[in-house]
Amino acid sequence: MRETRSSHVFRWVVVVFLTIFTVVPLYVMVTSSMKPLSEVQGAFTWWPQTITFQPFIDMWTTVPLASYFVNSLIVSSAATLISLVIAVFAAYAVSRYRFKGRNVFTTTVLSTQMFPGVLFLLPLFLIFVNINQAVGIQLVGTRWGLIITYFTFVLPFSIWMLAGYFDGIPRELDEAAKVDGSGPMGALWHVVLPAARPGLIAVAIYSFMTSWGEVLFASVMTTDENRTLAVGLQLYSTQTNVYWNQIMAASLVVSIPIVVAFLLLQRNFVAGLTAGAVK
Amino acid sequence: MSTTTDVRGPAAAQKPAPAPPAPRRKRPKGWWLPFLLLAPAVVFELLIHVVPMLTGIWISFLQLTKFFIANWSEAPFVGLKNYQVALDFNGSVGAGLLQSFFVTVGFTILVVGLSWVLGMAAAVALQGRFRGRALFRTLFLVPYALPLYAGIITWKFMFQKDTGAINHFLYDNLGLPGDKPFWLIGPNAFWAIVIVAIWRLWPFAFLMLMAGLQSISSEVYEASAVDGAKPFRQWRSITLPMLRPVNSVLLLVMFLWTFNDFNTPYVLFGSTAQPAAGDLISFHIYNASFLTWNFGSGAAMSVLLLLFLLVVTGIYLIAVNRRNRDA
Repeated sequence: MRETRSSHVFRWVVVVFLTIFTVVPLYVMVTSSMKPLSEVQGAFTWWPQTITFQPFIDMWTTVPLASYFVNSLIVSSAATLISLVIAVFAAYAVSRYRFKGRNVFTTTVLSTQMFPGVLFLLPLFLIFVNINQAVGIQLVGTRWGLIITYFTFVLPFSIWMLAGYFDGIPRELDEAAKVDGSGPMGALWHVVLPAARPGLIAVAIYSFMTSWGEVLFASVMTTDENRTLAVGLQLYSTQTNVYWNQIMAASLVVSIPIVVAFLLLQRNFVAGLTAGAVK
Repeated sequence: MSTTTDVRGPAAAQKPAPAPPAPRRKRPKGWWLPFLLLAPAVVFELLIHVVPMLTGIWISFLQLTKFFIANWSEAPFVGLKNYQVALDFNGSVGAGLLQSFFVTVGFTILVVGLSWVLGMAAAVALQGRFRGRALFRTLFLVPYALPLYAGIITWKFMFQKDTGAINHFLYDNLGLPGDKPFWLIGPNAFWAIVIVAIWRLWPFAFLMLMAGLQSISSEVYEASAVDGAKPFRQWRSITLPMLRPVNSVLLLVMFLWTFNDFNTPYVLFGSTAQPAAGDLISFHIYNASFLTWNFGSGAAMSVLLLLFLLVVTGIYLIAVNRRNRDA
């Protein structure tokens, strides 16, 4: 593209403005996590008067953060794993077969994006309560309730993204594998899945991020037993104190793994997203 | 590879009868396998999405209050009463819903519009090669990668009246006259929630538009530059038309997410205090259902919300298809 003076100015105005907009909250999060409680309770300071790492120690005892962390980790990992397995089979069927009801399936899958979460939330909550009374399987207040909710929640978009990715893998590769004596499942396992690794990674990131950050269902379906980070981070406020420094420290700690993972794998994510979007 | 396939394919199709084991192995694969592969997805989607949705529609016709939570099938059937109450804009329930609807419409227009503008500006600004491009690209994606409650809770801290960064910057650093205002209580809550939602959403627009721009070859730009087109003209007559497929998906998805946004008001305001100016519709319905335990009324409002989204989405898709046909 030709570089003109005005486009040069435009670029730097945009980049500087967006950098400030993006960075200020991150800066506040990092610096406030290193302030003592007295400082975050007084007027705001751009630079900590006293630097302390005590909030990073205290945050584990003010609320049972470790247990929230474990709950989030188990729920998000299980939801990601289950949805990935189910999505792989469904996406393979959508991508490689022309069958009756295929269009109905794909349209329905995408239209679930439209439905407001609150519409599912109330009935799902009631159904879970009733299942508990009828057959004694407890779902509200357990990790399983959340896992089931989350993996079905991310499933439609995962199928859509993966099917787009599978479409980009030449069918001749499957056919060759079938000729070599393996059935369709063999072709899926030995040919399609290895070739679709970036797509699988993208879908896994999407599922994990969505489950890790989910607030609506977590706020209703969790009790002390299965509290996840999404709800747990809001418990640093007591009647007398809001431990802003510990909240910032905890926010930072729960963000770092997921941000690093996303940034390392972002190219896969973009590729997976566009594979679905251009279809 | 392909020659082998071509030879075997028709040959197998021509002789299904002679060898009994062959059709058993080959023909069934042609039809039941895709259904088997889809079965788990279909079963779980039915159980966790379709059944609750139908249940939700059913509940909206019931007088389902806290007395009937445990045995909701015994809640009295009241027909359209929940809908009448929700749509009676002179009553308090209907007035609250209408107010929340208007807040949500304003919120959605601002957030989707500005997120798109920022995402587009960033995607265009990072289109050419320059030093530091990869760094900014990565940096701009951080708000999207951050767990959403972590980002929103940080903004909540920044919006505190006496201890927050925003008022400190405006009144202590810039020296604005007057008293520091509340941001999370009262009318300012609207601007607070708009800013936070844009902060989180614009990187997604950037991501999609950036991916879309990669498919436009630089030769098109070079050719038009030879013809003397200025950058803005190039953007209008090359970039924008070429991005139309991406834009049509992007705007729809952003609209649906933003209109249904529950997380931002929930984390920003908490469940105890909801300023009317930031009372987005999902949050409103949630509070109407779970704070008052009136599920029937909440379900009726959810169904109304779904109907509204269906109509808007339908009109949007028809309009997009018509434009594509005319173009």
